[in-house]
Amino acid sequence: MKPPRFVLARGRFWVGLLPWAWMLLFFALPFALIVKVSLSTPELAIPPYVPPFVMEPGAVLPQLRPDLASYRRLHDELLALGTSGADLQYLSAWGSSLLLAALTTLLCLLIGYPFAYHIARSREAARNTLLMLVMLPFWTSFLLRVYAWMVLLDSSELGLINRLLLAAGLVDAPLQLLYNSGAVLLGMVYSYLPFMVLPLYANLVKLDQRLLEAAADLGARPGTTFLRVTLPLSRRGIVAGSMLVFIPAVGEFVIPDLLGGGDVLMIGRKIWDDFGPNQDWPMAAAVAVTIVLVLIAPIVLLHRHGRTDGRSSGRNAEAGQ
Amino acid sequence: MEPDGEKGADWGAKTGQAYLRIEGATKRFDDTLAVDDVSLAIAEREIFALLGSSGCGKSTLLRMLAGLEVPDAGRIVLDGEDLAAVPAHRRPTNMMFQSYALFPHMTVEANVAFGLWQERPRLTRAEVGARVAEMLELVQMQRYARRKPHELSGGQQQRVALARSLAKEPKLLLLDEPLAALDKKIRQRTQLELVNLIERVGVTCILVTHDQEEAMTMAGRIGVMSEGRLLQVGTPGEIYETPNCRFTAEFIGETNLFRGRVAGGALACGDFPAAIVLPPDAALAAGDEVWVSVRPERVTLSRAGAASSHAPGDANCNAASGEVADIAYLGSHSVYHVRLANGRVVIANVPSVHWGDAPSPTWGDAVRVAWFAPDGVVLTR
Repeated sequence: MKPPRFVLARGRFWVGLLPWAWMLLFFALPFALIVKVSLSTPELAIPPYVPPFVMEPGAVLPQLRPDLASYRRLHDELLALGTSGADLQYLSAWGSSLLLAALTTLLCLLIGYPFAYHIARSREAARNTLLMLVMLPFWTSFLLRVYAWMVLLDSSELGLINRLLLAAGLVDAPLQLLYNSGAVLLGMVYSYLPFMVLPLYANLVKLDQRLLEAAADLGARPGTTFLRVTLPLSRRGIVAGSMLVFIPAVGEFVIPDLLGGGDVLMIGRKIWDDFGPNQDWPMAAAVAVTIVLVLIAPIVLLHRHGRTDGRSSGRNAEAGQ
Repeated sequence: MEPDGEKGADWGAKTGQAYLRIEGATKRFDDTLAVDDVSLAIAEREIFALLGSSGCGKSTLLRMLAGLEVPDAGRIVLDGEDLAAVPAHRRPTNMMFQSYALFPHMTVEANVAFGLWQERPRLTRAEVGARVAEMLELVQMQRYARRKPHELSGGQQQRVALARSLAKEPKLLLLDEPLAALDKKIRQRTQLELVNLIERVGVTCILVTHDQEEAMTMAGRIGVMSEGRLLQVGTPGEIYETPNCRFTAEFIGETNLFRGRVAGGALACGDFPAAIVLPPDAALAAGDEVWVSVRPERVTLSRAGAASSHAPGDANCNAASGEVADIAYLGSHSVYHVRLANGRVVIANVPSVHWGDAPSPTWGDAVRVAWFAPDGVVLTR
């Protein structure tokens, strides 16, 4: 028997409420809190700031007294860009974070695409096994896997890779493998690869085989077919995978901290320093707010991309010929 | 297996101009023979249909011609060139795929241009543009040049797919279930349009279909396939009127099939009340197990006791009495299912005008079915 209509409608209401309530509780409220802290004035107290609004006795509404010093600091750095000798510690942290995240995304894409393509082209029975193998690292703790890299990359003659290189006579002295940007990039690509492979796989597995056959039938060599048909049709997967890698990679803190040396100062590290040792919560919060704002841009772009998909790319058959 | 010595079998070969020659093509998937030693000769500008139910190997054979499947054995020679070692993207063939396989991210124009951009030596932008315009005009889709496939109706997509597969002037056009994705009304209209267009372009064409009407409407000759084998090749008329095996007789149209053993020029048949008189020219040895196929429109129906063109006792006539079990009135004719005394049902198509002003027989009426012996076809397999 079908339940009465109003029961269905009520059920739908509650189901719809859950994600909204979740977002309110665990995103909107904490973010509002961060914004509040970012507009506060640092103070040696517990907590170490003066809130940006004061309740005057007898007043109905609180009086706003936002302190924009933290944002001004970031703004000044932006203005000082290009000036020699300027103190650009936040901006340079931002720069190296974006660069590292971009490199990570690019490498994950280059490595992940063949992964995803191969799995999607495998027999149906084999696909699940292969997918599980891609996700297998998730079964061990993330921290443990990063520590494992430290053991592998150890720069003394005790490091596993160095021992192999020495034993093989390829090097005379152990190489400096750890505590540099290369090690950070390696750790990042290693950790984020599955996030690129999964959305790409989900996209490529839906690719109609007959389109590839049609391209071959029309005279396209395999390389042309890939560039003109497979690649454009997997664009959504590429965009989704890149977002899933890039966005968390920008704020990544643990991997640079463990594998990186003093030369790689990431924005996540700056936030940690300001919240912790420096006791400058408003500065840390302001940086966190800028991260959210900067990362919203690619998400909006992605959204717009998704909407116009199917209309905008009509000329690409001619474009690159 | 060679197709039997049908008139149509080596139509192209006989005129000395076999344009496409398939020799012993065989393809095995795991345990099944998808295509089993198929040989076929096709003349230039011919429209040929491969007809069979799904899984009979017709699509695999077509894909072999396109180079999308590699035959395990056999040769494919097109216009004097052996295609065996030529990969799909270098073959002078183009295929219109089932449900078209248009590139969803490209406009109509770009879809049609896709194959032209692959030509070597390269064509100029102007040459490609001119050819695309010509093709779109041919299928009357100029107005839709900038649309994406998902913005087109099924019939329009079919025309774009056709334009795309004709753009490179292939030596051989391959159509895989060209109209199966369309609904019935559009399909019937499109069949003749498509034939006219292919003939106007003058391209040799092989089409694959499971729809006998489509095959008979569109093709000059038909090859009937079942379980990977090419059973019979002939014109639509030959295939319908003189099937060479039970499969063809039953697959193309309706038929009454009687099984029995040859005894003294007649067929001793368990499920027909009398011995069935065989066509006079049937060369059979006594004791052979054979089948006789009689098309329903060859069976005449008369009321029991009424005078009939087939007099009882006529040595050239097979007749039996029964009663009407079912009638399907189809306008131009009615299909009568007549149950004989022994339970066997004989199907007779009776033109509606046959009864004149007299009332036509109805359910339960006693009737007599009869056919002239020469109207039966003897099948040995």
